[in-house]
Amino acid sequence: MAELRLARRSSFLPLTGLMCVLLLVFVSVASASRDVVSENNETWRGPAGETRGDSHNQTNSTAHKKAFPVLSFNYEHVRKPFEISLWILLALLMKLGFHIIPGVQNIVPESCLLIGVGLLVGGIIKAIGEEAPVLDTKLFFLYLLPPIILDAGYFLPIRPFTENMGTILVFAVVGTLWNTFFIGGMIYGVCRIEGGQLASVDPLSCLLFGTIVSAVDPVAVLAVFEEIHINELLHILVFGESLLNDAVTVVLYHLFEEFTHAGTVTVVDAILGVVCFFVVSLGGILVGAIYGILGAFTSRFTSHTRVIEPLFVFLYSYMAYLSAEVFHLSGIMSLIACGVVMRPYVEANVSHKSYTTIKYFLKMWSSVSETLIFIFLGVSTVAGPHAWNWTFVIVTVVLCLVSRVLGVIGLTYIINKFRIVKLTKKDQFIVAYGGLRGAIAFSLGFLLTNSEMKNMFLTAIITVIFFTVIVQGMTIRPLVDLLAVKKKKESKRSINEEIHTQFLDHLLTGIEDICGHYGHHHWKDKLNRFNKAYVKKWLIAGERSTEPQLISFYNKMEMKQAMMLVESGSTAQLPTIVSSVSMQNIKPRGPARQRAIPSISKSREQEIRKILRANLQKTRQRLRSYSRHDLMIDPFEDNVSEVRFRRQRVEMERRMSHYLTVPANRQETPPVRKVCFESEHKVYTYDDSKSPRGWTAEPDPSPPDAVSLLNESSQRANQSSEHRAKHNDELRAKVPDEKEEQDQLKLSRCLSDPGPNKEEDLS
Amino acid sequence: YDTFMTVSCHSYVDTSISLEQIENLHKRFQRLSDNEETISRKHLDSIPSLDNNPIKKQIIEAFFDKRNQHQDEVGSCEEIGFEQFLMVMSHFRPPSLKTTEEEKEAMRKEKLRFLFNMHDTGNDGTITLVEYRKVVEELLSKSGDIGQEAAKAIADAAMLEVASTNVPHMDPDDFYEGITFEHFEQILKGLEMETRMYIRFLDVETPTLRCGKSTS
Repeated sequence: MAELRLARRSSFLPLTGLMCVLLLVFVSVASASRDVVSENNETWRGPAGETRGDSHNQTNSTAHKKAFPVLSFNYEHVRKPFEISLWILLALLMKLGFHIIPGVQNIVPESCLLIGVGLLVGGIIKAIGEEAPVLDTKLFFLYLLPPIILDAGYFLPIRPFTENMGTILVFAVVGTLWNTFFIGGMIYGVCRIEGGQLASVDPLSCLLFGTIVSAVDPVAVLAVFEEIHINELLHILVFGESLLNDAVTVVLYHLFEEFTHAGTVTVVDAILGVVCFFVVSLGGILVGAIYGILGAFTSRFTSHTRVIEPLFVFLYSYMAYLSAEVFHLSGIMSLIACGVVMRPYVEANVSHKSYTTIKYFLKMWSSVSETLIFIFLGVSTVAGPHAWNWTFVIVTVVLCLVSRVLGVIGLTYIINKFRIVKLTKKDQFIVAYGGLRGAIAFSLGFLLTNSEMKNMFLTAIITVIFFTVIVQGMTIRPLVDLLAVKKKKESKRSINEEIHTQFLDHLLTGIEDICGHYGHHHWKDKLNRFNKAYVKKWLIAGERSTEPQLISFYNKMEMKQAMMLVESGSTAQLPTIVSSVSMQNIKPRGPARQRAIPSISKSREQEIRKILRANLQKTRQRLRSYSRHDLMIDPFEDNVSEVRFRRQRVEMERRMSHYLTVPANRQETPPVRKVCFESEHKVYTYDDSKSPRGWTAEPDPSPPDAVSLLNESSQRANQSSEHRAKHNDELRAKVPDEKEEQDQLKLSRCLSDPGPNKEEDLS
Repeated sequence: YDTFMTVSCHSYVDTSISLEQIENLHKRFQRLSDNEETISRKHLDSIPSLDNNPIKKQIIEAFFDKRNQHQDEVGSCEEIGFEQFLMVMSHFRPPSLKTTEEEKEAMRKEKLRFLFNMHDTGNDGTITLVEYRKVVEELLSKSGDIGQEAAKAIADAAMLEVASTNVPHMDPDDFYEGITFEHFEQILKGLEMETRMYIRFLDVETPTLRCGKSTS
């Protein structure tokens, strides 16, 4: 233990040193980026000055003949992209640094650290005398926010979201309205009472301010809630609210902004406001849904150009966002709708690699965006013009807290009358405490045009943001532990749970039908049937359109297991088996122990086979890499490595037989043991029977599809087994009766295997 | 009216269903049974919207299963009266704010037992591989021509999972007879049945009928 501590301490110093160096570099670049074209002789602004000097020199020196410049310096040429990249790079290095420094991660959420870094950088820039870059509203709304929302929307857990939709809507709409009017009204009252500097604040401005400061921010909520792993219900409640209140915020913001210019409010305006709300939210969802369907339809045809599949997802979603913003509809809701609509169909259509790409790109972009947003928030705080008014700020912060708590308690009281699973006091506390404000509030505040109040408002907004993110963000984790709030259950979805979830759906629908009650389940069932009958046919390519959900789930799980095995197997460290139960313990004993071959669809099979083959190939190549180009193979060396390799493969197959459902039964008849590996150069014909011959490279005329068993061809007439059966016949003749050898290499499934057909190797 | 109250009071388990709900259910019962005293399988069969349900047979069977009447009998009836109908429906009541932890546990057990009985068609207290295969097959029956093989594979995988979770170490020669109720409970622990298996219109605010066990 002591050594560990010593080791930590010794690594701590160089790390902090590294961080300081990074900070300094960050600052100098930041200041360089603020450089305006002006004559300036300060030496540390060297690079920029030099380039100007250079170009000046060059224009002046056309008269004289200069020597050809072997090395020249032209910074202006790449300036913009260079600076952007450097900003992003340094921001991410900061983020990296936080994870390396031990201990910090558990106390302070990352968002706080990033804001801190931003503050530091901003402070240093200001100290130097430079003007710090501010969070540009356009940059924020058009480039930084969409990736985060798309990531959230695409991976939104649909089931809990729809189950709690009523609650979420009530919190989002009614809750935000309550917050706005309460805060706006009280602030106005306070201003009236205070007088002095605040006397000039008019009610509409206060309401506008209330709108900006009352909306729960999805970025901040995500950043903090991701780390505390709270249970699904609470997570979806707070997060769903933060997403759906965008519509309310947009409407109210535009409404009040219009009114402050107009001066007076009439009843008609209020009614129009309500209508506008419906238009904004439903319109946004409609736009998103349209783009989602387009995206799903496009993905149906991408089977030949797999590489650009992820791009379609990203571009259609981004277009949905931008299109909604054109009409002043709710861009966030449009983005969410697009992701939600598109996802099931796209996932059924795209290849596995594209799915992984989409997932990781979304996560990557949202991570970068989040980091940049928080750093910029810190920098902008230092930079922006501030008008600090103690009363105003303190009252705002207090009011935000109070109104949030009151709102949640009041609304929960009403909601619980309609909910089956009621929200307990603990739940209410977390929902109230989790109402964080973030960068959206800041950006909206920045957009304000009324400059006299703007600075004061902005200061107050920033204070609220800091308070919620830092204070509430830091303390929520210990509070969650203290209150023993239920955490997210980590267990992965099992096939039994999936079977029973579906079973339950049908059961409850049936009971509802018997009672003659058209409830929740009835309509859900109708929607599912409509989806299956019409929509899926149009949007999903090929045979996948008729695949029932249970089968897709099962296939997905098989794939995951295979990948897991492959990943663990390739490091040559085979995992310990969790349980020694295998299929033979389940199956009833008896003479007719036929192998049940899962009829996973052909393409799936190909994918799994490819993955397994690639791994086996890797292992094999690793063993034989020294001799890849040799034609003369040392037989002794070869035997040893081959044996080792074979043993490893056996182990892997044994593992596979536990996880994949094809049982490792003892076969009645010895299967055809023909494994064919196609490395880039040679095709090995690995034939047990012919050991001495087996090592030489023997090009195989037609690599076989699979190791097939005798039963297989009879049971799977619909697969292209005729080809295989023929091949089997000729191969079977070669295989001698080496029972022991066969038992060892129990290649009992047709998945783990061999040479690809050239045509199949597409995806 | 009074007869219903007395009838319900003689129920085996406390049915915390309100009077209004019982009345609604009785009306429905009357309509299903063509105003007779009992209903049989064909009455339930004739409900049109049930035709789309893949597990229609199992659901109907559950109504006539004596094990769901909580009277320690096995087998199935030919016809059931309103009391039995109500008893089956009571399995689908949701927990309220006032339900204690033990009551929630008991409710969960009761609901899981209902599901278990639906799967265990052989009445022997365990779900064998054959029975489980049938369950999955039925689930997939309305989803097009998938074939027996896929259902078998899924059922086998599920069974394997149950076995490996509950009995982690078995010799190659051991045989896992079937899923017992304890194993069933264990494997579905994560689903929190008491909050999922309910019908909304049985939602109760005021439990007006709390009857104890009948002594007769």
